[in-house]
Amino acid sequence: MIAIREINEVGFVGQMPEQDTQQQVRAATGRVLVNRENRETVGEITVDHPRMTCRDVNVWYGDKHAIKSVSLDVGRNEVIAMIGPSGCGKSTFIRCLNRMNDTIEGCRITGAITLDGIDIYGKNIDVVPLRAQVGMVFQKPNPFPKSIYENIAYGPRIHGMAANKAELDEIVETSLIKAGLWNEVKDWLGQPGTGLSGGQQQRLCIARTIAVNPEVILMDEPCSALDPIATAVIEDLIDELREQYTIVIVTHSMQQASRVSQRTAYFHLGDLIEVGSTPQIFTNPSHQLTEDYITGRFG
Amino acid sequence: MSPTTLIIILLVLSTFGYYVGRRRALVVGCDSAGVKNLHSRPIYYGSLTALCCGIPAMLLFGFWLTFESTIMTNLVVSELPEALQNLPTAELNLQVNKIRNLVDGNIVAGVVEAEIQAAADHYRNLQATSNAALAVAAISVAILGLMIVRAKITPLLRARNRVEQIIRYMLIACSTIAIFTTIGIVLSVLFESIRFFNAVPIAEFLFGLEWSPQMAIRADQVGSSGAFGAVPVFVGTLLISAIAMCVAVPIGLMSAIYLSEYANKTFRAVAKPLIEILAGIPTVVYGFFAALTVAPFIRDSGDLLGLGVSSESALAAGAVMGIMIIPFVSSLSDDFINAVPQALRDGAYSLGATQSETIKNVILPAALPGIVGGVLLAVSRAIGETMIVVMAAGLAANLTLNPLETVTTVTVQIVTLLVGDQEFDSPKTLAAFALGLLLFVVTLLLNIIALKVVRKYREQYE
Repeated sequence: MIAIREINEVGFVGQMPEQDTQQQVRAATGRVLVNRENRETVGEITVDHPRMTCRDVNVWYGDKHAIKSVSLDVGRNEVIAMIGPSGCGKSTFIRCLNRMNDTIEGCRITGAITLDGIDIYGKNIDVVPLRAQVGMVFQKPNPFPKSIYENIAYGPRIHGMAANKAELDEIVETSLIKAGLWNEVKDWLGQPGTGLSGGQQQRLCIARTIAVNPEVILMDEPCSALDPIATAVIEDLIDELREQYTIVIVTHSMQQASRVSQRTAYFHLGDLIEVGSTPQIFTNPSHQLTEDYITGRFG
Repeated sequence: MSPTTLIIILLVLSTFGYYVGRRRALVVGCDSAGVKNLHSRPIYYGSLTALCCGIPAMLLFGFWLTFESTIMTNLVVSELPEALQNLPTAELNLQVNKIRNLVDGNIVAGVVEAEIQAAADHYRNLQATSNAALAVAAISVAILGLMIVRAKITPLLRARNRVEQIIRYMLIACSTIAIFTTIGIVLSVLFESIRFFNAVPIAEFLFGLEWSPQMAIRADQVGSSGAFGAVPVFVGTLLISAIAMCVAVPIGLMSAIYLSEYANKTFRAVAKPLIEILAGIPTVVYGFFAALTVAPFIRDSGDLLGLGVSSESALAAGAVMGIMIIPFVSSLSDDFINAVPQALRDGAYSLGATQSETIKNVILPAALPGIVGGVLLAVSRAIGETMIVVMAAGLAANLTLNPLETVTTVTVQIVTLLVGDQEFDSPKTLAAFALGLLLFVVTLLLNIIALKVVRKYREQYE
């Protein structure tokens, strides 16, 4: 915020700051910023005891190079936000983390991604248990056209997690409680999940993901189809879920990123530009592109 | 003047009317400065003139041709000698036909009597007068319409609204043609069926267990009295349709699943049109195939197993019909499976569902209403199919559920009842209409159910 105000006072809005021939430019505040041409990741990509690590990840859709040499660690019990303009590759990147990109024809991935030290693209890895460990919540709520109960019970059932009906009921109830939906739907478990409101549907999808007991939950713009009140409920939920799960969230809302996340990663045209603690990224970015984006110069 | 020439003249007049109207609009619509202050654009004045010139004349032309023949025949008949006029209706019709044939210059059977020749000449005269009168009347109406509209053109004439109104009436007329044709078909079948039910009780037709429509036409003929129980025929239809569905549904559905979920784009692009070609093969070709290849194959295989298979069996016809309707099932199912949103697949995959679990538990239930709709459309196609059954399943109306025996279907019976020289007031012939009515009701019900199911499906995702 400080940076924005100071730039405004100097009158830089709408025009590009002068660039040095060197690697760095001097911002109006007197801070030193990495200039726009430099696409090396700025900031600390590693964390102690990471849950997931990514090294030199490249993704091609056919000839299109969608992700360029991205390296990033995801810590335990943290919420890490991916921000950046549309088409910058942030959704593509998180879809690599549970191999959802495998379902897309013509998609090619190189580099190493590990979950708890195991390479998830290794030869002996089966994507089915991997996706149970790394769950995903999508942009648009996508409940199955089944009852609320069946929506939650589906995952545990295909993974054989419940020995009998009582255990399955238990899992459904716990998941709905964790997703903060139980009180609203406990009397309507037999009703179709598609009949819920948008925010409730999205929490149903989160409950469905929690039901298979994942370690990491990927959220691809989970609130972009919701109104502000439903968004606030989901953001509170994300904060609570952090105690048990690691969450990677893609968002277009910078306010949302600053509210829910501990670390933020800024993507630009397939490059990971900057990673850092959320307060640092939003108040004191080190890269010119990050500053351009968070100050609303583009994106 | 021949009718064709008249139509060409009317079209030319209309085109001329278009230019007259447009020119007139430009003349009245422009003041000295050349500024247009017309209500509508000039082409609408032209169109209005052309329509008012052409349509009344064409209507007159149509009505004239419709009633001309009846009126002239009555005139000619009334001029015939007393003796001829007092003939029974059927013989009088024969004489009238003879006159018409003479007029048209066709070869006439038997000797041409003098009075008939005179009547033919009279007819020919009347025809020439009528044609001339029609030409004069139609052209006058057209010119009159043109003049009236031209006189009425002022800058304030709301030509666009008028033209749009006329066009709307034309559209309404076109859409009612389809409706009235349907109603006409249903009514004509219905009335003939009622005549049939006067001869044969409706309960006997619906619940009788024996079908043997051959009956004596003349009193002195030796023949069976005829039995009109529709049950064996309908059981045959259901048996063959059921066999066809047993072939088409699994193959069609599974190929749809393969094409939409597993196959890569290249294979899909090639395979889908190839499967759809199956629906474009004429059914008579399927009939050859069933009668010459499949039926003997089934008979020989049955012999090897020690089963007595008749050379024309329900199994052969049903199996080939099943092949024919595969595209109905596979193409529609494929469309409906593709219509299941990718988000649902992603949702299932992200829970760790395998591809097969996703298809079985998420995609097929979501697409099921659409698939059911496709299957029902295929069923009504199978029920209405005739050619394959004629060639491969035989004509004997056996009341049996054994697919290795000869059976017959409703459509085949209709064909055999109406082929050849027939008397159109014996129950034997009228039975065809009753069968047709029943078949129509059955397929209509199936279509309604199919449409309902499909419509319900549409509501689900939007």
